[in-house]
Amino acid sequence: MNVLVDRFDVFASGFWLTLQICLLSAAGALIIGTLMAVLRISPVPPLRAIGTAYVTVFRNIPLTVVAFFTAFGLPELGSNASFLKIPVLDSLFTRLGMDLPYFRFFVLALSLYTGAFVCEALRAGVNAVAAGQAEAARALGLTFTQNLRHVILPQAWKAAVVPLGSVIIAMIKNSALAGFFGIVGDLSQAADELTSQEGLALIPVFIGISVGYLVMTVPLGILLDRIESRRPVTR
Amino acid sequence: MRINRLAAVGVAATIALTGLAACGGDGGSGDPKPKDVTFDAGTTMAKLNKDQKIRIGTKFDQPGFGLKGLDGKPAGFDVEIGKIITTELGIPADKIEWVEAPSKVREEVIEQGKVDIVVATYTINDARKQRIDFAGPYYVAGQQIMTRKDDDSITGPDSFKDGAKKVCSVTGSTPAKTIEASLKDKASQLVLFDVYQKCADALKTKQVDAVTTDNVILTGFVANAPDDFKLVGEKFTQEPYGIGLKKGDTAFREFVNKTLEKIASDGRYEKAWKDTAGKFDKNVPTAPPVNRY
Repeated sequence: MNVLVDRFDVFASGFWLTLQICLLSAAGALIIGTLMAVLRISPVPPLRAIGTAYVTVFRNIPLTVVAFFTAFGLPELGSNASFLKIPVLDSLFTRLGMDLPYFRFFVLALSLYTGAFVCEALRAGVNAVAAGQAEAARALGLTFTQNLRHVILPQAWKAAVVPLGSVIIAMIKNSALAGFFGIVGDLSQAADELTSQEGLALIPVFIGISVGYLVMTVPLGILLDRIESRRPVTR
Repeated sequence: MRINRLAAVGVAATIALTGLAACGGDGGSGDPKPKDVTFDAGTTMAKLNKDQKIRIGTKFDQPGFGLKGLDGKPAGFDVEIGKIITTELGIPADKIEWVEAPSKVREEVIEQGKVDIVVATYTINDARKQRIDFAGPYYVAGQQIMTRKDDDSITGPDSFKDGAKKVCSVTGSTPAKTIEASLKDKASQLVLFDVYQKCADALKTKQVDAVTTDNVILTGFVANAPDDFKLVGEKFTQEPYGIGLKKGDTAFREFVNKTLEKIASDGRYEKAWKDTAGKFDKNVPTAPPVNRY
């Protein structure tokens, strides 16, 4: 178990990189997911079809396959995800602006994949809002967008927060794949290197990285419990 | 007339099939014949000989050393060395169970007893000696760099010092560790995958500028795609390839070492090289002296 103390810097920098991946992917997933959820509940059939197609594709293809497509398919198409080099963000998250595209590829893959689940979680929340609310809003003459913004989504949020939290926790765990798609230095890749390169025993190293993931997921879980108990879902 | 034409086709087909059958019956005669030997009781060699079965871990994706062919069996220099050791144990070469041993799991499969030996471009180093034992070396490779055919900007490991060039290797391999010392910033210059083929793909699509590993592995990739890749510079390390086996099994290790010394002088080493990696690299290496550490 000395490895936890001796190589603490490896675990700490791995934790920091994984945290960056998770923050960026969570932001991306929430944006994409909300957009897709709105598309799915819209009254315009072609928009609904787009939303449904997106969810069908990205919810059913394994994350590994999506990551393969972004890491090895995008370069074949000539892209290196430079559209993700967002000006302010890439000074905070240095790997976003680097030449090496694998960080951006993985964040893209994880956002696209998790976005499908976020969409479904939000839609579950929207469906939990009583139908009368939407009808009353329509009767009052609100447009669809005003309806969503002022009536439905604020109420849907309370019902959606728990499934959404579970999706984000699952995403944090999924970020462990990053090490296998070219990213050097995140928690899972650090474990990979410590056990194979330096031949250290497996169990202490994996306990170390599990602690890293738990430090991210457990507070999130506690936060979700607090939110749920503070705002009970009332009708 | 139709009957004559049918008869002609039938005769031709029969001749062709008998011809093929005559060739097919020869299959396997290329493999070395097992020897009739006995070993001291209690040794690994005695057990393997008695079971008439051996499990060998090797690479399935290294052209020239261990590459799985369309018949599902690996072929290459490592495979030939494995077959020679097997026949020295008195086991026929077709009784070998080939297990894929990618770089990362080579120690695990030995420690967990999933294989009896590992012959898989396995560089001898001190960290690995803590967990398993090495017989050999049977070949000395060297680390080198492979770039795109049209790229002349990289000439050796020093080309990475300015921080602009990106290099790819495999997680947990010795070359990955060695090249880190030549990089200005590991985070923006180093990409690690689990297999070399992904590195070759990344090089082709210009995501990285170089792939670094042992020269023989690179020669295989260059031979498969001579218009895309080339080797640059000289070998800048010495990578002795050894045969991995269970820690503490001194009798087995001595047996394998003696076998390697035997084949170095009786021509089997040369033949093994010429049949396999010799197709990419015409220089037949001299078998290095075994290291009885």
